[in-house]
Amino acid sequence: MPAELVFDDVAVTYRQSGRAELRAVDGVSITLAPGEVLGLVGESGCGKSTLARAACGLEPLSGGNIRFGGEPVPRLRMLARPARLRRIQMVFQNPYASLNPRRRVGSQIEDGRRAAGGSAPSIAELLADVGMPADAMSRYPHEFSGGQRQRIAIARALAASPDVLIGDEPIASLDASLQAKVATLMRDVAAKRNASLLFISHDLSVVRMIADRIAVMSAGRIVELGTAEEVWARPKHAYTRRLLASIPIADGLGRLPKV
Amino acid sequence: MSSETAVSDTLGTKTPAWKRRRRPLLPRAWRRPMAIVGVVIVLAWLVIAIFAPLIAPYNPLAQSFTPLQAPNAAHWFGTDVLGRDELSRVLYGSRISLPLSLVLVVCSMLIGSVLGAIAGYFGRVVDEVIMRIADLVFAFPTIILAMIVAASLGPSLLNAVIALLLVSWPNYARVTRSLVLGARQQEYVVAGRLMGAGVFRSLGRDVAPNVVAPIFVLATLDFGNAILLLSGLSFLGLGAVPPTPEWGAMVSDGVQNFSQWWLATFPGIAIFSVVVAFNFIGDALRDALDPRTAEAVSGVSI
Repeated sequence: MPAELVFDDVAVTYRQSGRAELRAVDGVSITLAPGEVLGLVGESGCGKSTLARAACGLEPLSGGNIRFGGEPVPRLRMLARPARLRRIQMVFQNPYASLNPRRRVGSQIEDGRRAAGGSAPSIAELLADVGMPADAMSRYPHEFSGGQRQRIAIARALAASPDVLIGDEPIASLDASLQAKVATLMRDVAAKRNASLLFISHDLSVVRMIADRIAVMSAGRIVELGTAEEVWARPKHAYTRRLLASIPIADGLGRLPKV
Repeated sequence: MSSETAVSDTLGTKTPAWKRRRRPLLPRAWRRPMAIVGVVIVLAWLVIAIFAPLIAPYNPLAQSFTPLQAPNAAHWFGTDVLGRDELSRVLYGSRISLPLSLVLVVCSMLIGSVLGAIAGYFGRVVDEVIMRIADLVFAFPTIILAMIVAASLGPSLLNAVIALLLVSWPNYARVTRSLVLGARQQEYVVAGRLMGAGVFRSLGRDVAPNVVAPIFVLATLDFGNAILLLSGLSFLGLGAVPPTPEWGAMVSDGVQNFSQWWLATFPGIAIFSVVVAFNFIGDALRDALDPRTAEAVSGVSI
């Protein structure tokens, strides 16, 4: 039973000692419909990762609320995460830090399957879904490359049968040839399970390939929200136009983008 | 010899296969001269402790010889005030010091690292309470606080161990806390929590395996310290009760008979050798387990 994830006027504020408060996320309202792929783009430090962490209950909200399936998402504290919220899963930015170096891949994916309560497909199937051989489960994370680790991290998140999959810049630390592959992989596996995908990136050209809708974020606010084609072809906000202009064009002229 | 064979091995040039396979089958951490010296000394003392009744020439408690003989052919280390054979007493002393230090180190490591891990992981009030208690212990000089506790409990080896346990756990708590503080921010720990792991499963499965190595190094280095402290308490008359052959107590006897140099020298050398050996092992272990120094260490390995 897929459920929608609703951000309602969400604000996250960081207190900085000796300086003014920093509003990392400032009144964001978006709705992630079941099965939808929403791309969230913006420059470094604009609050998009904070928003993603807030959706997992990892950041305290200073205003507004986040609801999943009609019920609020509380902050994750000392208690174990309830089964209802385990249907929101995240794929992290750095594949070198998101897998426990001391545990075998199989047992880490098994954690995810346990989170889903046993209804998930087998570890081998999950690995096959992300294009990894089944014998990867008996190996340790350091035996894999960055791209392979990111696939394993995706398989682990999928093992929990999420309704909402959040990718927190999952392609930012991969090299260029892999970025599009991993991005489309995430969309495909989410679509196969009828899960919605919140895909965060600063690369508008990759997000355009996979997203149904694109939200552009700047300085903690959503400045533009529309279908991928609208945002790409007819950007309304000046910031979006600048983002688009910064995408390099392979036209053989050797120009750098105008910033 | 070490570096040259190592170089030709890594280059894989003309060394025949049979020759290469004769390299010592030891983990890299132990393939250092100092570490090997340490291991040999510790193993020797272990053998002595286990087989003391077979090795020692006389009963360590028998007062059956002329008192205060200088070292000679019959009594290699001489005899003490009560006419007991000093060599036998030093050898039997290892049966007291080594197991008690081991118990002390293992217990303080367990208590300290569990408390430190809880403080680091839970933070806030729990952290404040545990670390302030640790600070309280740190505020006193170790041996003086141990003396007070041991004196109030009454002199016995068990009480000495309890007293030292009370003063030595905060070391582990501090180190573990700082390691856990760093580890719990890791994305794999967060991912584990998102999968529904409770705090204790998260600590045990995701945090602990990634922080234990430095704690083991600290324990190895602390082993020598534990022997010193135990001997120190016995020296002050707060540990071993006569006639137990304990090294610290024996040194204390020697101090009362200053012109009989052998009384304090031989148990002193015993303490010194064990402490130095454990420091060598601990140093080698620390260098080898730290990825920043592991390269430099392998350069001097045998």
